[in-house]
Amino acid sequence: MNILKFFTAGSVDDGKSTLIGRLLYDTDSILADQLEALQSSNRKNDDGTIDLAILTDGLRAEREQGITIDVAYKYFQTEKRKFIIADTPGHIQYTRNMVTGASTANLAIILIDARNGVVEQTIRHSYIVSLLGIKHVVVCINKMDMVDYSETVYSAIIEKYKVLAQQLKLADVTYIPVSALKGDNIVQNSGNMDWYEGESLLHFLEKVDTDNLDKSQLARMPVQWVIRPQTEELHDYRGYAGRVLSGTFNLNDKVTVLPSGASSTVEKIEFFDQTPDAAHAGQSVIIHLKDDVDISRGDTIVNASALPQESKLIEADLCWMDGRALDTSIMYNIQHNSKITRCKISEILHKVDINTLEKHAADEFKLNDIGRVIIKTADALAFDLYDDNRANGSAILVDTRTNLTVGALMFRAAVE
Amino acid sequence: MSTYNFDYLDELEAEAIHILREVAGQFEKPALLFSGGKDSITLVRLAEKAFRPGKFPFPLVHIDTGHNFEETITYRDQMVERIGEKLIIGSVQESIDQGKVVEQTGKNASRNALQTVTLLDTIAKYQFDACIGGARRDEEKARAKERIFSVRDEFGQWDPKRQRPELWNIYNGKIHKGENIRVFPISNWTELDVWNYIRREKIDLPSIYFSHERDCITRNGQLMAASPFLNMDGEDVVERKQVRFRTVGDMSCTAAVESDATLIDDIIAEISASKISERGARMDDKVSEAAMEDRKKGGYF
Repeated sequence: MNILKFFTAGSVDDGKSTLIGRLLYDTDSILADQLEALQSSNRKNDDGTIDLAILTDGLRAEREQGITIDVAYKYFQTEKRKFIIADTPGHIQYTRNMVTGASTANLAIILIDARNGVVEQTIRHSYIVSLLGIKHVVVCINKMDMVDYSETVYSAIIEKYKVLAQQLKLADVTYIPVSALKGDNIVQNSGNMDWYEGESLLHFLEKVDTDNLDKSQLARMPVQWVIRPQTEELHDYRGYAGRVLSGTFNLNDKVTVLPSGASSTVEKIEFFDQTPDAAHAGQSVIIHLKDDVDISRGDTIVNASALPQESKLIEADLCWMDGRALDTSIMYNIQHNSKITRCKISEILHKVDINTLEKHAADEFKLNDIGRVIIKTADALAFDLYDDNRANGSAILVDTRTNLTVGALMFRAAVE
Repeated sequence: MSTYNFDYLDELEAEAIHILREVAGQFEKPALLFSGGKDSITLVRLAEKAFRPGKFPFPLVHIDTGHNFEETITYRDQMVERIGEKLIIGSVQESIDQGKVVEQTGKNASRNALQTVTLLDTIAKYQFDACIGGARRDEEKARAKERIFSVRDEFGQWDPKRQRPELWNIYNGKIHKGENIRVFPISNWTELDVWNYIRREKIDLPSIYFSHERDCITRNGQLMAASPFLNMDGEDVVERKQVRFRTVGDMSCTAAVESDATLIDDIIAEISASKISERGARMDDKVSEAAMEDRKKGGYF
């Protein structure tokens, strides 16, 4: 059994929380005491049935205002698979929370209200999905019960969405007509839409491939911690602990250590009481090298025949996440895996109007702004492009005055 | 060519180890909060996997309410002996003796709330900058919103409205002096995941997790272990029951469930079929809809 991480994009009124509540409810993932709390709540649907949306409101302010403010994580499983849902707010003022929820997902559910079709927020949510490089997209045309389960309405919406998907280069899009409120096509196939021949949402989620770990040949392992017991019997022990970001390290593979450029060979791989022949993407291991090279936290061990890019000038997409606007005159910290170095935003190339996808020249970057910048780092980073290798192509910006995480970066090119 | 079978427990384990190593790499004085419960016992195994054959780069810290199950303390001491790591104990009794907190009175008196003061004092005394805990997001709705690296201000408070964005697998551990970070490596595990992991890893647990006979009384619909720490009166009827504990906390706030489960397989079968959440057996969560959110804002685990 494996895990599918997905995130849901939607706004206050298009039924996102109801959809998640429905998935949890219909898969028997809500326990008796939680259900009791739900039933005793004052919030009910118009027809008196329980409001499933309450299940996803975690904070008092959210219950009071009936909206989602922050990312909530929900867990459920079926016989086939485990699921982690990042439930994110859809309103434009919470764009940064959506980016956060999307950053760890390998599938996105985009909700469209059948009565309204493709609207501004659909474009915004879809843009974020493409920006964050989420592999699979499921477009749920919701509230089909409100349009008499009409195939004509559904077809017109997906024709319109296909144009957007092409524009955003979304490769894998699946369309499902649903009613989260009534449960149509969520867990069971609906009897109200015989014209729909596809699967229910849950069946699709159970089957979609979860290639969430980059298994490309770009073997990368940032060193998090050097293990040196320095005891009598382990006097010369020196193991490099880290999580393999992508690719595979095999025994005797030639490796390069960056940024020093030192070469060596994988001598031994350890995982607690095991000594496997290989370490694969996703695994947290200890690697030993044949040669005595100087390695510390922040260095990256990579396959010598597939080196990453190295540069101090990088073109990147930036999502700004702080109330205080970007200041191009000061230094920030950039955190790229286990490496932290100083940096400046040396140039703002453009900003994207995420409601229309138009690019504008800009000289400022405020909360929730997204656009393209050139970043200049104090130490060179050993990175891959985000589209090739999500884990080694992303970084965060930290404001050293407040220590807050203020920006999310997706690397698009090394600047020559 | 080795086979590459990476199932969900492997993935959760690898993520937790990565988080523990980030703590080691990013902080000067981290600590692992150890309660003697299954979640913190799981953390100890994960720390062994992260750092052996080296030593842990942090001590274990137990906030001792003085109202413990004896079995938990025996287990704790044997475990510390086996792994050879340092244990620091913060005592709630000491906080009471020093007049920093006042013992609750009345029938539902518990030391659960008092722990927060002892915890914050212990953090201040040893100047811990990161405290690793075994909380999970599936436990409770306020926890479902909490970050893996969760900042506490110098008063120990969590501010749910000012949480830092946490992207990809990058954890920002930068803090100001006096602040600390709570780190939750098993955030993404469910109760069942923890049990399946304990079974797979053959991890030894305190005996109270398994079915045993015990004197109990019924309080607010919950089965409580009869003990000198519970304020009992004439209305309370002591009955001998076959029970086990699903979570392990202070004796005065942890309820038992009737169970014949004597093996881990029985427990997993029982939980899989259960219709009551784990925290349903915690009196401390029943106070109000936002009980956990409020306690976390005040500095609780």
